[in-house]
Amino acid sequence: MSRGTGKQAGLLLDEPLIFERSRPGRRGFSLPGVDEDPAAWLPADVVRDPIDGFPEVSEPEVLRHFLRLSQWNFGAATTFYPLGSCTMKYNPVANEVAARLPGFAALHPFTPDAAAQGALEVVWELEQFLAEISGMAAVSLQPAAGAQGELTGMKIIRAYHVDRGRPRSKVLIPASAHGTNPASATLCGYTTVQIDRSRDGLLDVAAVRQAMDDEVAALMVTNPNTLGLFERDIVQVARVVHERGGLVYLDGANLNALMGVAKPAHMGADVLQFNLHKTFSTPHGGGGPGAGPVGVVEALAPYLPTPRVVREDGQFRWSEEFPKSIGRVRSFFGNFGMLVRAFAYILAMGGDGLTAATQMAVLSANYLRCRLQTAYQIAYPGVCMHECVFTDKGFEAAGVKTLDIAKRLLDYGFYAPTIYFPLVVSGAIMIEPTETESKETLDEFIDAMLRIAREATEDPDRVRNAPTLTPIGRLDEARAARRPVLRWTPKPPADN
Amino acid sequence: MRFLPHTDTDIRSMLEAIGVAAVGDLFAGVPEELRTRAGLRIADGQSEMAVRARLEAVAGRNDAAPQRCFAGAGAYPHFIPAVVDQILQRAEFYSAYTPYQPEVSQGTLQAIFEFQSLVALLLQMEVANASMYDGASATAEAVLMALRIRPQRPRIILSRALHPQYRQVVHTYTSGASNVELVEAPFGGDGRTDCDWLADHVDERTAAVVLGYPNFFGVLEDLASAGALAHNRGALLVTATAEPVALGIVQPPGAYGTDIAVAEGQSLGIPVSYGGPGVGLFTTRTEHVRLMPGRLVGEAKDGAGRRGYVLTLATREQHIRREKATSNICTNQGLMALAVTVFLSTLGKSGLRELAIANTTTAHRAAVQVTAGGAWRMPFAAPFFNEFVIAGAHAETRWDAARQHGVLAGIPLRRWYPELADALLLCVTEMHDADSVDRLVRAVS
Repeated sequence: MSRGTGKQAGLLLDEPLIFERSRPGRRGFSLPGVDEDPAAWLPADVVRDPIDGFPEVSEPEVLRHFLRLSQWNFGAATTFYPLGSCTMKYNPVANEVAARLPGFAALHPFTPDAAAQGALEVVWELEQFLAEISGMAAVSLQPAAGAQGELTGMKIIRAYHVDRGRPRSKVLIPASAHGTNPASATLCGYTTVQIDRSRDGLLDVAAVRQAMDDEVAALMVTNPNTLGLFERDIVQVARVVHERGGLVYLDGANLNALMGVAKPAHMGADVLQFNLHKTFSTPHGGGGPGAGPVGVVEALAPYLPTPRVVREDGQFRWSEEFPKSIGRVRSFFGNFGMLVRAFAYILAMGGDGLTAATQMAVLSANYLRCRLQTAYQIAYPGVCMHECVFTDKGFEAAGVKTLDIAKRLLDYGFYAPTIYFPLVVSGAIMIEPTETESKETLDEFIDAMLRIAREATEDPDRVRNAPTLTPIGRLDEARAARRPVLRWTPKPPADN
Repeated sequence: MRFLPHTDTDIRSMLEAIGVAAVGDLFAGVPEELRTRAGLRIADGQSEMAVRARLEAVAGRNDAAPQRCFAGAGAYPHFIPAVVDQILQRAEFYSAYTPYQPEVSQGTLQAIFEFQSLVALLLQMEVANASMYDGASATAEAVLMALRIRPQRPRIILSRALHPQYRQVVHTYTSGASNVELVEAPFGGDGRTDCDWLADHVDERTAAVVLGYPNFFGVLEDLASAGALAHNRGALLVTATAEPVALGIVQPPGAYGTDIAVAEGQSLGIPVSYGGPGVGLFTTRTEHVRLMPGRLVGEAKDGAGRRGYVLTLATREQHIRREKATSNICTNQGLMALAVTVFLSTLGKSGLRELAIANTTTAHRAAVQVTAGGAWRMPFAAPFFNEFVIAGAHAETRWDAARQHGVLAGIPLRRWYPELADALLLCVTEMHDADSVDRLVRAVS
């Protein structure tokens, strides 16, 4: 029933599936007084039997089960989590309290606007904050995640072109882009054209000019790019795109490098998405919920999703009166609980604090870059922004790869960097320290990385067999995909 | 700034290691003309105490009292056992990323595996994914998936009784696709999708029929008939459940041969929170799993034969397949999936059923009470769960009057259904005791 050994020792506690803890007749919840026959109200043919296989566990067992599971996780709160491009900064605990205030958490989305002025004020003011940070004219907080923000942005671009006669057919995307970029563009009916980078890792104005024609709806660009480099020629690149009637979509995933330093609108961006779960400290939650607001220039504001909050005579209300809007991308108004957290974060940080966050994030990344490049080859030398990318070149003779280095880091008590991304760097190791880690933590991480580099030559098996200090070792992912087991299934009655 | 640990000494020694004189030098790669000189026009940072005070004041301007709120329509106030939030507040869960390193993410991975299992059992479907953003976008993704399963068929039939916002999101998601044809199926006099209409309109060009279950009016669709009509013509049956607590007592979508069943999971342990975050549940048949959107967690073994869990079948996904991916989804709603997992584990086999029965009973009693005076009638006769439509003269005036008494008497339907201009959609759950139902009845009388 267990993870193989079935043993428990000290703090190493085994934990089966919740279904395996189940015993007939146990319960973790009760509603006294519910002894009615549903048949009094519902026709017999629609009434379901009790769900076979649903857990039967007591409340203390539920608590223990999930507490134990939690202890098998590294989180940004427990561990340095240098996951490049994911901005694993501290998630202020005060924001968890804020989002749980009953006036927010218990507020029904169909509450009339007059009785939800506080919520609307949060939405309104957060929109203003994001507009100020990005330089954009208007913002919608509706998209539920960065990728949905991208989809929303590309729908807006499409609607803009359709309004001018035709949608156009192509979107230009640098090879280093996040996978969500081409996937979002394709979802909007565009074919994607890959733009290769120049030798210094940056977008090449000439390459964009060459690819640019009247069929190109937009260029999707990440700035700073996924190599951690600021796109030096972004203004010229944007001009080339605009001259042929195209628009510039800026992937705001790396906004943590820009706050108070430079505004995407000034770079020529027409649309961008904000990842509140990266730049604005809302927790990643083990993979969501995120929030991916979209900002646009004035000319694109009519196409933003509806409803939009408007202010009249000091009162806020939701308005659907935007006939050119692309419509809704999800129900209600967005991941409101995450918006409250981001709002609380910006209030706490202030304009000065956000600027300082960007400065310290860039300082920390460059510190890591300089200390590590003696042992690891950097993909593109020179000053970086908020993250830097190394490769596993030099370890070939030892037979040690990026994956091994990442796994060995787990043994040293660190989460791994983003690996094998961006795809344009072979064996990429992408490190983003963020501004909330102390110099001591960075030094400990550097020590671990330098030790791993030494181990790779002196004791490569140690690195290749890592991790050994985790609840389980490397899992056979190929086999898991060949014969997928995607759920627990109750045993047929005969075997019980 | 209390979240930033750098002391002046730290900064100096880090700059020295880098070999630059000032932090500003690190931004040399940003062209001069792009630099923001004036700084951000956002007030300076505030203390935790000041921020808390501000937010408490703002939250206090919202009228959020579940006992006086009889609105559902896609967001359902239910009781949440304390153990759910206790677990959600574990920073090991909430501060982790998508579990790319399985050896140090087994907590998240096993919880998602349990989530997939519970969701599959609840909807009685073969396979569930690791979650979507919400019920509406899950419905849109289900439509896109149906079009992938039936690539030669461009037509999607959406019931008019499907949640209006879900329909709107389907429209947005499919608007770029050239050869998709969305058709609206009318509802009949009993509040259910008109099966006679379906019989005439489901054809060999139809990829899928999409129904709410329960539908927007709270009514249980006749999935057996709709499913048979769809399948006879080679089309798929897709269902979207906005209120999955219903499935604790009514037959699940899987009992009727549904091909793709999605749901909004908010009512399973997540506060309404002004409409988000919730979580999309997404299930289908095993044969279609490789055309499914979103993350999937599967069982695996390590070198020592120990059981563990990993993200699997990633070759469907954007980070591998890029423009050929089944969806652009990346981050989903992990922590909300955990809330559903803890909630369903706590309620368990007997608790979920009791909760569903409590909702059925309370809502049906309230319906009898509201319509007893004769001012209101129930226009739809089909069976319902905890939500129902009432109609009567001056419905919106009376709804306004109830507001003045602090009661949110459901939602006027006119904004989406001009043909139901005199109707309100009411939701009654276990949160409403006899007193609060009495208050509702008085407020709308």
